[in-house]
Amino acid sequence: MNLLSVSNLYVNFHTKERELAALIDVSFTLNRGERIAIVGESGAGKSVLGFSIVNLIGKPGYIESGSIKLENKELTKMSLRQLQEVRGKRIAMIFQDPMMTLNPVLTIGDQLVETIRSHTKISYKDARNIAIEKLHHVQIASPEKRFNQYPHELSGGMRQRVIIASVLLLNPDIIIADEPTTALDVTIQAEILQLLLTICRDNGVALVLISHDLGVVSKVAERTLVMYAGHVVEEGPTLEIINDPQHPYTQGLLNALPQMTLPGQRLNQIQGSMPSLAERPSGCAFHPRCPYATQKCRQEQPNFIYSGVSSVACFLVEDMLNEFAEQDQETH
Amino acid sequence: MLIFLLRRLVQACFVMIIISIISFAIQDKLGDPVQQMVGMTVSPEERNQLRNELGLNDGFFSQYWRFAKGAIHGDLGTSYYYKEPALDVILNKLPATLELAFCAILIIIFVATPCGVLAAIKPRHLLSRLLMIVSSIGLSVPIFIVAILMVYVFSIELNMAPSFGRGQTTEIFGLWHSGLFTKDGLKHLLLPSLSLAIALMPIFVRLIRAEMMEVLQSEYIRFAWSKGLSAPRIYFKHALKNTMLPVITVGGIQAGTLVAYTILTETIFQWPGMGFLFMDAVNRVDTPLVSAYLIVVGGIFVITNTLVDLIYGLVNPTVRLASHGL
Repeated sequence: MNLLSVSNLYVNFHTKERELAALIDVSFTLNRGERIAIVGESGAGKSVLGFSIVNLIGKPGYIESGSIKLENKELTKMSLRQLQEVRGKRIAMIFQDPMMTLNPVLTIGDQLVETIRSHTKISYKDARNIAIEKLHHVQIASPEKRFNQYPHELSGGMRQRVIIASVLLLNPDIIIADEPTTALDVTIQAEILQLLLTICRDNGVALVLISHDLGVVSKVAERTLVMYAGHVVEEGPTLEIINDPQHPYTQGLLNALPQMTLPGQRLNQIQGSMPSLAERPSGCAFHPRCPYATQKCRQEQPNFIYSGVSSVACFLVEDMLNEFAEQDQETH
Repeated sequence: MLIFLLRRLVQACFVMIIISIISFAIQDKLGDPVQQMVGMTVSPEERNQLRNELGLNDGFFSQYWRFAKGAIHGDLGTSYYYKEPALDVILNKLPATLELAFCAILIIIFVATPCGVLAAIKPRHLLSRLLMIVSSIGLSVPIFIVAILMVYVFSIELNMAPSFGRGQTTEIFGLWHSGLFTKDGLKHLLLPSLSLAIALMPIFVRLIRAEMMEVLQSEYIRFAWSKGLSAPRIYFKHALKNTMLPVITVGGIQAGTLVAYTILTETIFQWPGMGFLFMDAVNRVDTPLVSAYLIVVGGIFVITNTLVDLIYGLVNPTVRLASHGL
């Protein structure tokens, strides 16, 4: 059985005029110990997807329909109390900006111990020992000293380590990391990423990494979901997606990597920008920016189809596959 | 810490000097003290002689200089009416005012905080909406109307609490007459402290609500939810402490308003405190007493703000007074 299965998830944002769709028919699965990445530009719905898993989408967002199953438990139907048992204990989250994630008026120790003690009946002393052990685990020097310090006394990288320690406290099955390195210095980014990878691998924790950086994703995730305007447009093994992207959007993202351009030349970019929720184009949402768009793309929404190794939602790929199939039949 | 207190002391001295100059400058404008001291039958010559004896005919600076010299030794002049040192007269009335203010502050803290928190976490709840309406009415109705209404409803119509005086008091350490330890004293405190609290409550309810709503939107609160903490823990441990930081600062500033409002409250409830005394002193053109009152209030203001800064340092770990010496 899959550890986590999200199927046909629709998430809306409630506004005075109308309901805006932030996630449209999103499905994916996650196995125990697997590491997947969700990539896309800002506004693609990556973070909304991450937060909706534990039902933490900020108002006015809400889950319209679909199912999110942790093993056989339906998360979308859970009461707040039931969700509180899942949050932190089975599914833990790492946020984007470590400077904003820790409460400035509580000590590091307070914030770690309370997490343990609100899920398990355990003495303060034992909880403290666990917390210090985890701080040690994320390579924080002199954890006993850090335990009594306040967040502002730590650097950004150090705080992100504290946050990683905090999500490890209860040995969760899944860690959802929402752009965990975006707010950090480039040199620290690599360290934090490596730490996250080692920790997930060593403890068999499944990881959902949300990122806009394909370079980061390629180092960590086994499988990748590419999102555009609330849809999953391509899904497959990370290597496959990076070496042989099928969807024009994925191709555009990869082309935009600085490594793809010679020094001194203009960086490649995808023309235009991500549409806002309120002005989603008809048909395939990517068509206004797509160099290959046809009349059909403007009118119809492509289906998600399996192309051998990865799945893609694009008429271009669909037509090509159909052609191959016809040729195949002719030769036989 | 010590540096901080020393700097505050120096600041306080400056504040006092400025207040004393201002209160001295307005003295002439209050009226003629001699007129109040002697009857109609006294001749202009005798009046002038009295003015000379009191030093009222001297120039502003020589009068001020005389006052300042005395003030350094703790002598803020002698009340024309009481014929006693002005400072003693005021300090005698200080306990009554401090007890009134103290009870009002307690009421504000224990009523405004839960109200503000409720209005922030359940903004659509009927009770929250009601609170917002009542608090905006409270903001716009002047305190003396509230106080008079309370006297009418609770002491005249319902006969629940007395409407004037301090009632029975007990003496502690031989220098403090307290109404906090007798049933009668507490009963007398009820209406004045309540109306004083009501005057300042709306600001705090609204402030706490606005701050709390902002804090609840922050990333660390979302992170706290993602850790699976219980709602009370998130609201009262994670959010409230951050909410209180700006509230404490505003509270310090509002201490001044509180003192100003005690004048009104004490006058309405005939509360024998400093504010009531001040009103009398103004009416009697008892200028030394007026100056002394202004200086004492200035001192209270400086002390409360110092205390508030110390409390702020305790709540907010990013401000450490000791290390900065601010």
